Amino acid sequence: MLTLQVNGRSVKVEAAGDTPLLWVLRDLLDLTGTKYGCGAGLCGACTVHVEGRPVRSCSVPIETVGDQAITTIEGLSGATADRVKAAWIAEQVPQCGYCQSGMIMAAVGLLTDHSNPSASEIDTAMSNLCRCGTYDRVRKAIYRAAGS
Amino acid sequence: MIDHNTPPFARIPANQIINLTRRAFLKVSAASTGSLVLGCHVCAATLAGAAVRKPPLVPVNAWLSISPAEIVIAVANSEMGQGVFTALPMLVAEELDCDWSLVRAEMAPLGPDYVNPMFGGMATGGSTSIRAAFLPLRRAGAAARMMLVAAAAQAWRVRAEDCVAGEGFVSHAASFRRASYGALAPAAARMAVPGEVALRERKAWRVIGRPIPRLDIPAKTDGSAVFGIDVRLPGMLYAAIRQCPVFGGTLAGVDDAAARREPGVIAVVPFKDAVAVVAQTWWCAQSTLAHKVATSWTPGPAAGNDDAAIVKALQDGLTRPATIAADRGDVDGAIKTAARVIEAEYRVPFLAHAAMEPMNCTARVTPDGCEVWAPTQGQGLYARVLPEFLALKPEQIKVNTPFLGGSFGRRFEIDFGIQAALLAKQVGRPVQLIWSREEDMQHDVYRPAAMARVQVALERGGRLTGWRHRVVSPSIMARLFPNAFKDGIDQSAVEGIADQPYAVPALRVEYVRQELGVPVGFWRSVGHGINAFAVESMIDEVAAALGEDPLRLHRDLVAREDRAIGVINQLAALSGWGKPLDPVAGARRGRGMAFHAAFGSLVGEAAEVTVFDDGRLRVDRVFAVIDCGPVVNPDTVDAQLRGAIVFGLNAALVQKIGIAGGRVTTANFDGFPLLTMAGMPEIVVKILDSAGPVGGVGEAGTPPIAPAVTNAIFAATGRRLRSLPISDHDLTRR
Ligand code: FES
Ligand code: FES
Repeated sequence: MLTLQVNGRSVKVEAAGDTPLLWVLRDLLDLTGTKYGCGAGLCGACTVHVEGRPVRSCSVPIETVGDQAITTIEGLSGATADRVKAAWIAEQVPQCGYCQSGMIMAAVGLLTDHSNPSASEIDTAMSNLCRCGTYDRVRKAIYRAAGS
Repeated sequence: MIDHNTPPFARIPANQIINLTRRAFLKVSAASTGSLVLGCHVCAATLAGAAVRKPPLVPVNAWLSISPAEIVIAVANSEMGQGVFTALPMLVAEELDCDWSLVRAEMAPLGPDYVNPMFGGMATGGSTSIRAAFLPLRRAGAAARMMLVAAAAQAWRVRAEDCVAGEGFVSHAASFRRASYGALAPAAARMAVPGEVALRERKAWRVIGRPIPRLDIPAKTDGSAVFGIDVRLPGMLYAAIRQCPVFGGTLAGVDDAAARREPGVIAVVPFKDAVAVVAQTWWCAQSTLAHKVATSWTPGPAAGNDDAAIVKALQDGLTRPATIAADRGDVDGAIKTAARVIEAEYRVPFLAHAAMEPMNCTARVTPDGCEVWAPTQGQGLYARVLPEFLALKPEQIKVNTPFLGGSFGRRFEIDFGIQAALLAKQVGRPVQLIWSREEDMQHDVYRPAAMARVQVALERGGRLTGWRHRVVSPSIMARLFPNAFKDGIDQSAVEGIADQPYAVPALRVEYVRQELGVPVGFWRSVGHGINAFAVESMIDEVAAALGEDPLRLHRDLVAREDRAIGVINQLAALSGWGKPLDPVAGARRGRGMAFHAAFGSLVGEAAEVTVFDDGRLRVDRVFAVIDCGPVVNPDTVDAQLRGAIVFGLNAALVQKIGIAGGRVTTANFDGFPLLTMAGMPEIVVKILDSAGPVGGVGEAGTPPIAPAVTNAIFAATGRRLRSLPISDHDLTRR
């Protein structure tokens, strides 16, 4: 039995230590907003925050998480998060929407570090894949959220 | 051992198979076949929306349920990113004239009212959604409005002609009476269905043509949108699957002793060509399958297949007997008497769909029937195919459609749905089957690898007099809809050649079916994407041979086609065609363009590229102009065009599915890369205000981008790239 800190709550889960955080969230906690895309750290669909930093949860064994604070799209809150989500709606970013939880988690992480990111800072931080090709609207939404 | 016998459609009696080719679908007019069925009918909304706190919804017709708090509009097409959850309700709302803020979209269940008239079954594809629904949904909205007016008139004992409906209310000016649609709905549902409905004139449209925010987007920014993979049922188990890596191979043996001892594992289920593990969680199923299940396979006849054999088979096809798919004028005469013949061969590789949400389906099977939660483009196929596998009747199949995390044609197939249903039946509990990304990448139905040989006859003076075009490719239709594969011709393999608005006096399209040991399927824009690369490259080659500007040659070729001329002229203006590009040190730059008409829309695209001396390629800017007739939601059209361009750019630049030992050589995004933010060109989109008939949008933007980029590379470097992807070519300056 492991105790995790998820979205501000303490939860107990029964899982083998090498289970990826992604599948603990999805299958044991029913937090399905975090998506499975590749299982190999390549796509970013599974991005969550651990201690406020974006990580790809498919590549994080649950035994390494300890009592660090995990935030998923469902629990994402705060001024930056609110601005990002509002910008996502204003720019009508999602198409199918499947990659967008991960995109938003990555964008909030970026804006937390760089309140006014440059184009190349965006390129570096936003390496998430989107098969629908929403990239130019993602960029516009980040600029909008940054207020630039 | 379960035999799920892929491909599933091969087992449907021929008379039950959708009896239309894609080309035929496109010719069926929505006006002539779309029928509006009204009546006492429980729509999806009332089934799903049993929310206690809300006032009850009254179904007014198959598309529409109304309560004082909500207007629920049924959507019969799968939402896979293309925006149907908003654009289709907009059509109903245009005529209903309601308060848009009350509108909610609900996915329709599988049912006769929700048949796509362009397919003859409930299905989404071929960029048909808006075209098929354009009249029927507006008629449904208008009929409902008339019934609301009739209900008010009856209650108030006034003449219906003296009542006015609009913005969610019916009013009678003379008596100062006014009632909301919500209050009138119960009485309206009992009114006679009007036989004739008048639709609003185009100039009076108030909803159609507006960039209304998409109804599904808020749920797609907070994690609450339910995709197939997010479905949760009481008592549900998860399944992972490993399919024979070699196409056409079968399962020879399984050692599952260790797997069965794993805590959490419920069953190990062998199929004819696969093995699945069912467990308490997906991770348990998947990791058990990966580490505790040993399989041996009988690889089958395709085991020796590889890229070299595929290219050779395509090349051999160029000289095999062909069937004639289109023939007009005297092509052989034109070529014989030509002052000059330009000839070239073009080749494209297999491509995966790689939707971000891997294939999955959730199924529950009881003695009374089967219910699936299927992210699918082909709901109707479930009712046709599952009964045979489950010994049930078609009416015992219930299909729920969650959001699709992308699809692009892949989820028109129901291979994963059959597997999920068989697993659920086997273990007697609901099962959610999720393919790993590796399974998804290695067991797709790929865009066909194909070759074309094109010969063009030019008169003295340069006039284009003849076009002979031979396509060699595997057939999608022969596998999927065998009775649509007529006389050796797969229309989907040759679409986009003879049907371009180019004035070519003599033209022949020849088709050679060449199977290549790899299953093929519909991939965003299907044959158009393959054939536009050849056609638009060749026009550029002709322009170069004549020393003419390619855009001007396009304009000459579409001489009598006003809409095409409009697109080409607008593309010239938008892209600054002819203006010199700013030089970049250590690089050459160029601009290229392509035009293509497909799915009832016309699209022109221009690309600006920089080719660095060390061989790197950068696509700097892309300009796109579309004429898709009346635009329902311009913001959605803009998004679809951008998405279609990115989709085509991925394929043009870097993507290919390689084959070795009869299997796909890559398994994840490292071997099948997608563009990221960093690689994106700037995209400039222009949507024309068009008087033409309504056209499809989801796929139309994909075909022109590959030739626009390769033509730009030619303009920059003088190198003509006749095969894709571009990354196969060394562009280093020599
Ligand atoms: S699922 Fe984790 S990076 Fe793709
Ligand atoms: S919106 Fe569909 S994958 Fe990004």
